[in-house]
Amino acid sequence: MSLFSPSAAVPVVPAERSPGYWSLVLRRLSRDKVAMIAFVVILALVLMAIFAPYIAPADPYKSSMLRRLRPIGTPGYPLGADELGRDMLSRLIHGARLSLMMGILPVFIAFGIGSVIGVAAGYIGGRFNALTMRTVDVFYAFPSVLLAIALSGALGAGIFSGLLSLTIVFIPPIARIAESVTTQVRKIDYVEAARASGASGFTIVRVHVLGNVLGPIFVYATSLISVSMILASGLSFLGLGVKPPEPEWGLMLNTLRNAIYVQPWVAALPGLMIFITSIAFNLLSDGLRSAMDIKA
Amino acid sequence: MTEALMTHETAGEAPSADRPLLQVRGIVKHFPLKGGLFGRSTGTVRAVDGISFDVRKGETLGIVGESGCGKSTTARLLVDLITPDDGEIVFDGRKLGRDLTLTELRRNVQMVFQDSYASLNPRLTLEDSIAFAPAVHGMTDADARRLARELLFKVGLEPKRFAGRYPHEISGGQRQRVNIARALALSPKVVILDEAVSALDKSVEAQVLNLLMDLKAELDLTYVFISHDLNVVRFMSDRVMVMYLGEVAEIGPVDAIYAKPAHPYSRALLASMPSMDPDSRTEAVVLTGDPPNPIDPPSGCRFHTRCGFAEAVCSREKPLLHARAAQGHSAACHVGGVDTGHTLSELPA
Repeated sequence: MSLFSPSAAVPVVPAERSPGYWSLVLRRLSRDKVAMIAFVVILALVLMAIFAPYIAPADPYKSSMLRRLRPIGTPGYPLGADELGRDMLSRLIHGARLSLMMGILPVFIAFGIGSVIGVAAGYIGGRFNALTMRTVDVFYAFPSVLLAIALSGALGAGIFSGLLSLTIVFIPPIARIAESVTTQVRKIDYVEAARASGASGFTIVRVHVLGNVLGPIFVYATSLISVSMILASGLSFLGLGVKPPEPEWGLMLNTLRNAIYVQPWVAALPGLMIFITSIAFNLLSDGLRSAMDIKA
Repeated sequence: MTEALMTHETAGEAPSADRPLLQVRGIVKHFPLKGGLFGRSTGTVRAVDGISFDVRKGETLGIVGESGCGKSTTARLLVDLITPDDGEIVFDGRKLGRDLTLTELRRNVQMVFQDSYASLNPRLTLEDSIAFAPAVHGMTDADARRLARELLFKVGLEPKRFAGRYPHEISGGQRQRVNIARALALSPKVVILDEAVSALDKSVEAQVLNLLMDLKAELDLTYVFISHDLNVVRFMSDRVMVMYLGEVAEIGPVDAIYAKPAHPYSRALLASMPSMDPDSRTEAVVLTGDPPNPIDPPSGCRFHTRCGFAEAVCSREKPLLHARAAQGHSAACHVGGVDTGHTLSELPA
């Protein structure tokens, strides 16, 4: 059948390999100082969350009516005590677990679902695209804060409903980005050439489309992590996400707000953690974006 | 539709003995213009409007015309990258959709695009790009890889150096060689070259053209060569088809058309070709103005708005392809046709 019968006479000798796209991106990213600092901060936060029980000096749930609202630097309470006399340092360390989870998990799940919706709509196009994207637009039309509050309000308070509502909030923006990137890639000649080779739509998406669209979608998704953390904190603050006495930065911010005139520094600490974490994710995302922008 | 049928009849069926490899019969593609509220259709671009032609085994058919005349749309219709609204494609006597599947057509008819960079996936190595199609058609990974290496060698790129490279690391000419290798990976019978050398430097272009000639001889290929460069088309082609506004203006052997074009449009096109000889500069009939809008093409002969020999009949009746003096040469012009009502029986010199 083939004009060139692959003969055993020509052995496939290992060819000189050029570094692939992603190794180039990582190399560029590693030269970006700001992104690297952000990466170290995030790594530290993640390690802190994983090993919280071993790092935390005290039990984050143990309250003491005698030691309420101690200032920063009190012996035994390096970062003070909260309104129930619990150790702030331990609560902040343990709080990283829920806060990071509420920041990362919804975005991660939405990245998966939104990419599938967007890539399918973008690749199939036509009426399917119109129908899918207009449905997505209905959700997109709500301000994200309002949608998150409405959904978790309807689902009831709790970690699971908080995660679910945040996931639903992030699917539309990710699907939109995925759709627009895929629509662009689909028109490029190498996809046309793949179609002309007789490959199925699924194979073309797997080999030629995903590799060129997942990067940009991923960068966009990482920029949503900070938004997700802030929204999750907001939900907790409103009493819709995590319930007391769980340590979570947003919830801590809420319960400490009455103490803002008594111990302003202690009350501001959870806010500072949210700030540092979201800034770090944003800077890493920016670094990734510029590292991926390789002009050939 | 009726026009398409008429051209069909004029072209006639070839005897099955020396049957053309690829037959295109009255193929039509109109693109709806979406606009206004709810994407209502506000008109259609008649990109390809009922064209018929044959491609014989082993020949190179050149397709020329101004930009927007439907050359590239025709190319894409041939491999069904765009599905035609009407008309049929017959490959080796088998009609697409009846006794020829799309997969079979695509195995046998492959395409090389103009933009060498855009036609290679930037995330795949050159080897992976070439090996993709054979792997899709059931070849094992190792065999596809071996084939990719052999093809790289065939198009003049040393496999050891180039197999693991990415498209952005090599030059435009090398990329186009890879695209040719990719098109050959399925061992096609017909290769459609859509402006395949137009974006290359002149020196590189010549090398790639020579490569194409060598490959054609070696692998017994048939080419459909689309270009706006009339010199290159003359160099490459056995027969030429001149297109104007989605229709065939003239088709025939390259020597007959270049020596004595029978359609005023072909004549103007050829007259605009820069000459290598400074003594014979281009003077006489040079076309003015842009081609009319394909959304609302002129009545009758589509060229009558720009033609120096237009008469009343030209805006009234559409000229059909009529045989001319040379063997296999025909042109769609009332001048020189039979009983067309045009006062001229031959184009004045």
